[in-house]
Parts: sequence; C-alpha cells; structure tokens
Amino acid sequence: MHALLLAALALAAIPAASAAYILGAEAALARLPTRPRRALRPWVWLAPALAFVAVFLVYPTVDTIVLSLRDATGAAWVGLANYAYAFQSREALVALRNTLLWLGLFTGLVVAGGLGIAAMVERVRYDAAVRGIVFLPMALSFTAAGVIWKFVYEFRPAGAPQIGLLNAVLAALVHGFEPRAWLVGAPWNTLFLIVVGVWIWTGFAAVVFAAALKAVPAEIVEAARVDGAGEWRVFWQITLPVIGPTTAAVATAMVITALKVFDVVYVMTSGNFDTDVLATRMYHALFVDQHLGRAAALAVILLAATVPVMAANLRRLRGDEAAR
Amino acid sequence: MTRALRRGPVHAALWLIGAAWLAPVVGLFVSSLRPAQDVAASGWWTVLRHPALTLVNYRDVLTAQGLGASFFNSMVIAVPATTIPLLIAAYAAYAFAWMEFPGRRALFALVVMLLVVPVQTTLVPVLRLFTATGLTGTFPALWLAHTGYGLPLAVFLLRSFIGGLPADVLDAAAIDGADAVQTFFRVVLPLSVPAVASLAIFQFLWVWNDLLVALSYLGGRPSVAPLTVTIAGLMSSLGGGWHLLTAAAFVSMVLPLAVFFTLQRYFVRGLIAGAVKD
Repeated sequence: MHALLLAALALAAIPAASAAYILGAEAALARLPTRPRRALRPWVWLAPALAFVAVFLVYPTVDTIVLSLRDATGAAWVGLANYAYAFQSREALVALRNTLLWLGLFTGLVVAGGLGIAAMVERVRYDAAVRGIVFLPMALSFTAAGVIWKFVYEFRPAGAPQIGLLNAVLAALVHGFEPRAWLVGAPWNTLFLIVVGVWIWTGFAAVVFAAALKAVPAEIVEAARVDGAGEWRVFWQITLPVIGPTTAAVATAMVITALKVFDVVYVMTSGNFDTDVLATRMYHALFVDQHLGRAAALAVILLAATVPVMAANLRRLRGDEAAR
Repeated sequence: MTRALRRGPVHAALWLIGAAWLAPVVGLFVSSLRPAQDVAASGWWTVLRHPALTLVNYRDVLTAQGLGASFFNSMVIAVPATTIPLLIAAYAAYAFAWMEFPGRRALFALVVMLLVVPVQTTLVPVLRLFTATGLTGTFPALWLAHTGYGLPLAVFLLRSFIGGLPADVLDAAAIDGADAVQTFFRVVLPLSVPAVASLAIFQFLWVWNDLLVALSYLGGRPSVAPLTVTIAGLMSSLGGGWHLLTAAAFVSMVLPLAVFFTLQRYFVRGLIAGAVKD
C-alpha cells in the first residue's frame, strides 16, 4: 500500500468524512417540517455509533452464543458438546483453573498492594515520585512487559553466570541457591505470570486509593488516636468504611482485567507448561484447532462471568438516574 | 520512639517497592544498549564493570527485524482508531445528553452493559465478517473493530461530561440562532476538550498496546503487523536474542513513555476513567 496516501487518509480524510456526515444529514433535516425534523434529529446523531455497536458488539455476541452450540465449522448443531469439552477436557480445565488463579490472586494482590502503597505514600514527602514510578508500567503494553519480565526470569544452569535478575538476586541473597526456570513448573509458573500483571496494574490501584484516602476525615482519625485507638483499629473502623466503594470499584475492574488476560501469557509462554488461561485457550481453539464451536463456547464462559458486573453497573446507573 | 524511627519501615518498604518497579525497566534499557556478547555473558547490572555501549541493536531491529515498518503500521492503525470512535461517540453523547427521544434510557442501558463485554466474545463472528468482506489483513479492519470496541466507554464518559455542561450556555447558543451542528462544534466540543483529551490518550494507548485484536484480524501478514505483533513474533523466533528483544521492546515503549512524561495528568485521568472498561 502507498504509505503516504494511507497516512493522509488516516489523518485528514476520516475526520473530514465524519464531519461531512453530520453536516450533510443536518442539511437534509433542515428541509423537513419542524415535527419530523425534531423526531429524526436524535437518530441522525446516534446512527453511526449505533451501527458500529450493532455490527461489532451486539450481533457478534448473539452469534457467538449460537455458534457455541454448533460444530467446528459452524455447519451443524451439536447441543452442549462444546461446553462438555470446556468443562471436561484436560487442556480446558487447566485454562479454567488458571483463570480462577488469576481472578483470585491478581485481584487480591493488586487491591492489597495498591491500598498498602497508597497508605504508605501518605506518610512521606516523596509520595508523587513513588506514585509515578509505580504507575509507569500502565503506559506499557503487556507485550513489552512480557519481554521485560521474561528477561527478569531468564534462567541459566547453575555455575553459568545468571543474566536474569531474579535468579541473580536470589543467588546473591540465599546461600547455596539453585537457579530455577521460573516459567516451566506448573502451577507456580502461573504465579510468576500473575506477578507481571500485578506489576502493571498496582500503580493504577495505588493512585485511585491515594485519591480516596484523602477523603478520610482527618479530625475523626485524630480524635480516635487521642482516645487511644491503634493504627489497625483506625484502619478497620474509620478508613475502610470511607474507601469501601472505591475498593469495590477497583476490585471489579481487576476482575474484568483478570478474565480477559491474554497478552502476558501469549507472549511469555504461549500457554505452554500448563499456563493457558481461558482467553489463550480460546485463541488456540480458534486459530490452531480451527474449531469455531469450542472457541465460541470458551468465549461464552468469559461473557457469563461478566454478567454480574453488568448487573451491578446497571444498578448503579439506575441509582444515578434517580439522583438526577 | 521518635516519629522518624517509627517511619523507618515505611521508608524502607517504599524504597524497595520503587526499586522493584524500576529495576526491570532499567535492565531492559541497559541491555538494549549493550553488545550482543556482553548481554549473553553477564548480567546488565555489571555494565559499569564493562561499560561498552552500542546502538547497533537498534539499527538491527529497526531495519533487519522490520520494526521500523511496524512502528509506522502501529501509527497508521492507532490514529484513525482513536479519531473515528471519539467523533462518533461525541455525536451520540450529545444526543443522549441533550435530545429527547423514545428509548433513550433503554439504549443507554445497553451501552452500559456493553462496557464490559470481552473482546473474545466478538472474535469469531467479526473474523467471519471480515473474511467474507475481504477485509482480513487490512488496516481498515482494525480501524472498524477498534471503533466498535472503543465506543461504549467513549459514549458513556462523554455523555456524563457533556450532560454536565451548564444548560444556560446551550440555551444561549440556541437564542443566538445556533442550530444543532453549530451548537455542537462551537460550544459543546470546545468545552469538552479535557474529557476528549483524556479519552483520546486512553484509546490511543489502548490501540497502540493491543495485541489480541491485531493478531486476530491481520491474519499474520508481516507487512501490516504493528509493533506488538512483530515483537510477539520475535519472542518465539529469536529465543535468547536478548540484545535484540530488549531493543525491540524499548522501541515499542518510546511513544507511551513520551505520553506518560509529557501528558501525565490527562494520562492518569484517562486511564482511571478507562478502567471501568478494562
């Protein structure tokens, strides 16, 4: 393709076309009498967004549910056979187990780590620097993070100079330490992949929690301290109730992130050594096994896991609307 | 005990955390500048003992390993995949916020539900759609897909921002005889710049850092592959070539890091808002 032509198209033509659409449509509306014009106008403004959402989200979601009940090529009904595969085959069960590990450990570590860091930076003067450093990985792709951490986990047999940071640090600290291939032995290797996710996301949680902690009333904390309450008591009885909603929001965001995790596993182990998660197993089913039905069934399981979050978001929306 | 002494553990913990978070990135950067034989033979932390540095790894990855072309591809993918959804979302958000129509609440509830739908749920049907229309392996396929995936969040956040603009300002425009288009481009959009900027940064980085969507819809064609796809490929083909892998990863990080350091405030705000989707 012609590179310059593409770049011009990308930069100028597309915004111009979007603006031309709305100008053209409004010009057409202007010729209509007042009442149909008023009735049609919202749909003119909504139409492009609704069209994209219908084609790329709504229709595919419905079609995936249908395909999950059909065979490898989508040609014939197979009932629940693909779900039987998802809950009975060894490889899918490993992926399910690992996704559960991600859900529990990744979410727990990010929430606890973020809250801990936020509580500690409150007490020092270089808080902005720490928050900045911990937040930095959020800018990077999981692919780059995968390269960074695979290098940290690099393994050389005992006796050879270790070029991976983790083995070198442990060899320096622990007497008689045997270097390990961290990404090979299941189920611990999944834990080392989760560490990469935690490295990326903890900064996000720390920044959100740091903002929430500012809302904890200082006078009440002081009064409690004067009355002899210790740090833990202050945390459980004053701080936690104030930041409860924030904690729920962060945990929810991390649950969704954990469900969809793909890049870290794909880049660092390609799902080998029993590190597959649902998303990488689904990718494997789609592009390697070329089994549309199984890929769709695994996707539906992911979708089903997001339904409680959808319901909670809708409840919150209804609350907001009522408060307006 | 004095206050400073009691805080000793806090300082120690924070310094340790800071070191643990930075060391992997520093190691990557240092290694990308070391000659191949040094990277393979000794840890990057020994660089001060053999301080030989070179740019040859960067020359190799940008030309021989095709990362220069991938950088261009990432750009061509990410810019329209940011501008299209933002403009379209702003139109829709304006309608949701300031126009009356039947089904408004139900449609917005649909947008909220779609916020958390995993990309994986759409992969198979969208892939079949692109194959049927011949779009697999082209940039427009990614522009369209990322627009679809980015829209719910953009509509959701822009509606709450645009809905929060003061009604007086919009009424004043109407009294001055402004029609919907004029009100939108002269009043609503300029006032929404902070929200649009944060969203733009979020969407741009999301697309720039995306691996799954590009991997799935580009059909493995190296000529159109963005940085993430090329680097994921190098991970399996280069094996232990850490001098090249580290340089390649750093090339992919240059732009996000520049955004991080120059636009930090928008960046943090955008990512925090965006996390309801992730």
